[in-house]
Amino acid sequence: MSAKRSIASGKGRAAPSRRQLLRGALAGVGAFSLAGCDRLSRNESVVDVLKSAQHLSQGAHKLVAGRKAMAQEFTQADVAAHFRSNGTLMPRDADYQALLKNGFADWKLEIGGLVEKPSAFTLAELRAMPSRTQITRHDCVEGWSSIGKWKGVPLAHLLEQVRPLANARYVLFRCADSMEDPAAGDSRYYESVDLDDAYHVQTVLAYDLNDQPLPVGNGAPLRARIERQLGYKHAKYVMKIELIESFDTLRGGNGGYWEDNGYEWYAGI
Amino acid sequence: MDSTAPVATAPPAPPALAPRRIYRHRLPVRVMHWINVICLTILLMSGLQIFNAHPALYWGQGSSFDKPWVSIGAAQSANGTVGVTRIAGRSFDTDGVLGVSKVNGERAVRGFPSWATIPGSQWLSMGRHWHFFFAWLFVINGLCYVGYALLSGHLGRDLLPTRDELRRIGSSIKDHLLFRHPTGEAAKRYNVLQNLAYLVVIFGLLPLVIVAGLAMSPRLDAVWPGWVELLGGRQSARTLHFLAAFGLLLFVVVHVAEVLVSGVWNHLRSMITGWYVLPADKVDNQGAKR
Repeated sequence: MSAKRSIASGKGRAAPSRRQLLRGALAGVGAFSLAGCDRLSRNESVVDVLKSAQHLSQGAHKLVAGRKAMAQEFTQADVAAHFRSNGTLMPRDADYQALLKNGFADWKLEIGGLVEKPSAFTLAELRAMPSRTQITRHDCVEGWSSIGKWKGVPLAHLLEQVRPLANARYVLFRCADSMEDPAAGDSRYYESVDLDDAYHVQTVLAYDLNDQPLPVGNGAPLRARIERQLGYKHAKYVMKIELIESFDTLRGGNGGYWEDNGYEWYAGI
Repeated sequence: MDSTAPVATAPPAPPALAPRRIYRHRLPVRVMHWINVICLTILLMSGLQIFNAHPALYWGQGSSFDKPWVSIGAAQSANGTVGVTRIAGRSFDTDGVLGVSKVNGERAVRGFPSWATIPGSQWLSMGRHWHFFFAWLFVINGLCYVGYALLSGHLGRDLLPTRDELRRIGSSIKDHLLFRHPTGEAAKRYNVLQNLAYLVVIFGLLPLVIVAGLAMSPRLDAVWPGWVELLGGRQSARTLHFLAAFGLLLFVVVHVAEVLVSGVWNHLRSMITGWYVLPADKVDNQGAKR
């Protein structure tokens, strides 16, 4: 086919104008990929288009890994000698410091928002509830992984106690740790998950790590385990859980501290 | 120049030696090729941005933080902070490029340098947005390509080497080493080394880079708990993703080098317009083809 269309008298070289065009196109590609991407990264509508991929990812993930799909669990032999702590290692907030000083005897987990029966539970009450123990891999958005053994109360069990209202769509975790200077305004950590993750079997509020009470560096007295998402979803130092309908009234409106700082709300990737 | 050559003294070229144009690359292949160029460039550079958030690689499920098999970082020396790359326990001074490099004129500790990452500054969340958007585009484009290659006959006609070509692989290797490029009829087809390189990339490196990328997703790991162990674990998958990406980069370097030494404008034109000029056969004094 191609041989038939060849012409015997064709010129061997491209005309200079076309050559210039090609050269210009190459230079354009180069400029685009270097400085161009930086400029585009500051253009809101471009970033919105780029971020739209997370909805595609989430939809595709739900399709292939169903709502109830389980994260891999490991054996005692796989547990890391030292479970890495990241983010806040010691909350500087005075209220948290006071609770820590007292061994969290005065700490209570409040559960409210769109629920029939707002409640509060002490650490001893949580420890007396049904528990789940799981050895899972913690994947940080930075790229590293650590395997740890967690014991805690399934979030589903707590939700059964407080009975979410029909319009509740997300579970919000409010945390004790300020990410910036507390005097400069509210910067306490917060996170949210949808009801699929909230009711997932492996979603627990952990009070033990590797058979020991949760260390401060890992979120004492209580942290969320959202096993099918990246580390920043696993809120540490949880003080209050709220059932909510949307993120609109929350600080940056994106459903979490890191989400307000540009990270994806869906962190399954 | 053709136009200024004295007409009277220019010997008429024998018809057999006149350059012939062939329609080499069909439109779908050309479009998908350039989408690939954009995707691979952005994926590689945004991937290095993501790597920089934790510039170390491990093997297994978890990270053995004290003994990565590759790490890029800074070390203290008599001259102050210098960039060092460690591979399998050996240290290399990579100051200025890896570990420590200049960002806006200031020396900064970072894995890959600013000119190799998207965005240029340390900005993990934005690197992820670029990476995942173009990963979708890249995978969709790749699936379209594989579908096209199978349905149009491109795979069998152009990509798979014939048994005869495979038998003569030795002379093809020799030709490459001597920078001898095929002319005339032989230049109409991809040569056997080109075939093999394309096949390794299309059916080896690209599936590997994609599968290893998917294996890093905690949600996709739940599709079938344990499947990631087939790659050696999540941190192994991260290592394989990185190595496959550099395999692709190596392919691109060789690919571009081959284009540069065998007629850059001719190749570029053929990938834009489809038309490729067959390099004329060389004829020696006896009139026989060399």
